[in-house]
Amino acid sequence: MGPQHPSTHGVFRMIVTLDGERIVKLKPVFGYLHRNHEKIAESTSYLASMPYTDRLDYLCSMTNNWAYALAVEKLGGLTVPDRAQYLRVIMAELTRLVNHSCLVGFLFNDLGTSFTPLLYAFREREKILDLFEALSGSRMMCNYQRFGGCRVDPSPEWLAAAKALVDNFPRFLDEYETMLTGNEIMLARTQGVGRLSAADAINAGITGPILRASGVDYDLRKVDGTGFYPRFDFRVPLGAHGDTYDRYMMRILEMRESVKILQQAFRDLPAGPIMDPKAKLRGFRPKAGEAYGRLEGPKGELGFYLVSDGSPNPYRYRVRPPSLINLTLLEDMCLGHTIADSVVILGSIDIVLGEVDR
Amino acid sequence: MESLEQLRDRLLTRFPAAKVELVLNPGASPEHSLLLEAASAREIALFLRDDPFVKLDYCSNVTGLDWPDKEIIETKKVSVPDPAGGPAKVVEEKTKRLQPGYLEAVYHLYSMALKSTAPVILRLRTVNRSDQVTLPSLTPVWRSADFQEREIYDLYGIIFEGHPDLRRLLMWDGFKDHPMRKDYVAPDDFEWEPTPHGVVHERAKAHYPLPGDRLGQTPAGQQPGTVSPANPTTQPEAKP
Amino acid sequence: MLGSGILKGLAVTAKNFVGSYHDPARMVTQEYPDVPAKLPAAYRNFPFLVTENATDPMGTLRCVACQICEKECPPQCIYIEKSKDKKPDATGKPQIYPAVFAIDTAVCMSCQLCVEVCPFDAIKMDQVFEIAATDRFTGLLLNREQLAKPNTYFHQIHPEEAAEVDARLNAERKAAEEKAKAAAAAAAAKAAAPKPAAGAAPTLPPTTGGPSA
Repeated sequence: MGPQHPSTHGVFRMIVTLDGERIVKLKPVFGYLHRNHEKIAESTSYLASMPYTDRLDYLCSMTNNWAYALAVEKLGGLTVPDRAQYLRVIMAELTRLVNHSCLVGFLFNDLGTSFTPLLYAFREREKILDLFEALSGSRMMCNYQRFGGCRVDPSPEWLAAAKALVDNFPRFLDEYETMLTGNEIMLARTQGVGRLSAADAINAGITGPILRASGVDYDLRKVDGTGFYPRFDFRVPLGAHGDTYDRYMMRILEMRESVKILQQAFRDLPAGPIMDPKAKLRGFRPKAGEAYGRLEGPKGELGFYLVSDGSPNPYRYRVRPPSLINLTLLEDMCLGHTIADSVVILGSIDIVLGEVDR
Repeated sequence: MESLEQLRDRLLTRFPAAKVELVLNPGASPEHSLLLEAASAREIALFLRDDPFVKLDYCSNVTGLDWPDKEIIETKKVSVPDPAGGPAKVVEEKTKRLQPGYLEAVYHLYSMALKSTAPVILRLRTVNRSDQVTLPSLTPVWRSADFQEREIYDLYGIIFEGHPDLRRLLMWDGFKDHPMRKDYVAPDDFEWEPTPHGVVHERAKAHYPLPGDRLGQTPAGQQPGTVSPANPTTQPEAKP
Repeated sequence: MLGSGILKGLAVTAKNFVGSYHDPARMVTQEYPDVPAKLPAAYRNFPFLVTENATDPMGTLRCVACQICEKECPPQCIYIEKSKDKKPDATGKPQIYPAVFAIDTAVCMSCQLCVEVCPFDAIKMDQVFEIAATDRFTGLLLNREQLAKPNTYFHQIHPEEAAEVDARLNAERKAAEEKAKAAAAAAAAKAAAPKPAAGAAPTLPPTTGGPSA
């Protein structure tokens, strides 16, 4: 299947061997969107890579920015002011809402329910993207985070609008769930499909909602305590079966937790500076060394590994793409299922080809 | 969690024949690493995965690194006895030493069972960068290394022995070189176009010689490549 | 009951469908070409060069061809060539100006880094998005004549930012003038020679051309 196929979420190819309708072998083929992002980043300055990280996972530019900023801050020993930490959490959770609501829409698209859930998700997403645009100037390529803080401070009007949106979001989720969760066709198509055991998932380095759908309690927001997440009160939802249905429910439940985090963040947002005064925008030269910064992105652990040799360009710049590594077990999940199920399983993994191929 | 030194000592007592070295990170973050030998790497990796004290069951990130040959100039102060019998002179002697380059694979390990926050970093180094570039694959230990080792094989050219399916991941199968190596030369067969980038322009010109020197026709004061609507002299026309 | 989940879902779609005729929250479609799109003030798309004076755009470019943006531009879409001579800028100080300043907007990704690194407030983000060209090179490769837009235009699209920039620049100009005056007076007093003409021109250049990043 692929590389040009509506079900593959981009230019992605799967070489499938079938026995009748059953899959006996499945090999994914990558690289159609490969642009050697890492090489480009190694030939430009630290700052100039920031807009390129927007284009990795183009649904979640805010979290990509944050993960990269995190690695550079570790490398350069920068601190982030409180207000910027809160803003980062707000942006990351808004991004999670965007990503998960769209993913659910795409998943139903893959199930064959036409366009309706996706369009409802897009309607909500548009409102969040409008917020991003009003703040950072661009809907998807936000380029918002900087090493040691954030680029712009939101106005009180922006915060009020964002808060109103977040307060209204559970209504959309309820509507969405009424429409989708009890749907018998959906239950028949997803329950028991694409099972993934916890041991396999851990060994294959699967992270994010897929791992938690298999019942492994591992969320970097809790484990690493990135940013100011330890200050927020939220739960990590866990699945029991590790099938496609659990992966779907995981996204819905995570969105509800994100709304909780956002409401707390708007309530507690402190005043103050948004940039570390030590941070330098131009001509940033960390001393030689290496750092690995990771973050719980909407798709899983997004990591940046940087090696500096003291020059203005990173000596080594590596992205740990959750989309790519979550595909490791695609074959195992699909074996024995029909070809129509493989489409749904791929949809439930949640990949963005910009990040898979880099 | 035990410190990396303690872990190294424990590994050395458990595997007396192996060589485990601590590599310190000079940077701001305290992420030091363990350098393993190719021969014992997989045994140690298996031990680390199943050991109840560290339980590194999760291999997060696998990275390739390229360190080309480096010329190191060492200055040593040598005292030269004065033949006339005076006090010995101190002369700085410079010695050039070629540090051979190598390729490196870096593994970032965490423990999901113990919820560790700091990575344990393993490094494996090849003998050189040309013909002895084989390392043991750790995919049998952590499957998450599967695609990442394939990517390193693709972009750096490290051959992982024991990898179940070592093919190129991102570049196409017929591709020859390894583009992430530091000495990789990018191809210059760009289609000729009047971009404002001098380097690209020159390379493309060398590749596709134009009929007549069109660049000489640009009016004075205007740089080749910058086209104004009033002066569309550098229209693209040369097609390969 | 089997099928109740489906029926519930259909009820939601039906409600949405009916709502799309009367509920303002559902009536989200904008008649775009007829009704112009509303852009937030922060919206950015493609950079432009700020000039002080609309009547003489090339003479009053704020850009001094320092080439910082050219170096920092991630996709390397800016091309600058320094001038050989110097022209007086808005404050009357002789400055190098860009003889060639081209931006390949087909390559530009509107990331705003050029604006952030510019110490002279000379390059700012535009809000144009209705761009069409028949040819990539003549239509999308913009030279400095096409890029230059007056400060009044900047005030139109980003009023708050423009006011802030103007206030800062005016303060700097004032400081520079006073410094030049003081220096001229000091020079005149020191020389004590009957050469009043020398005092008219600023003798000392201001220390910085703008705020440092």
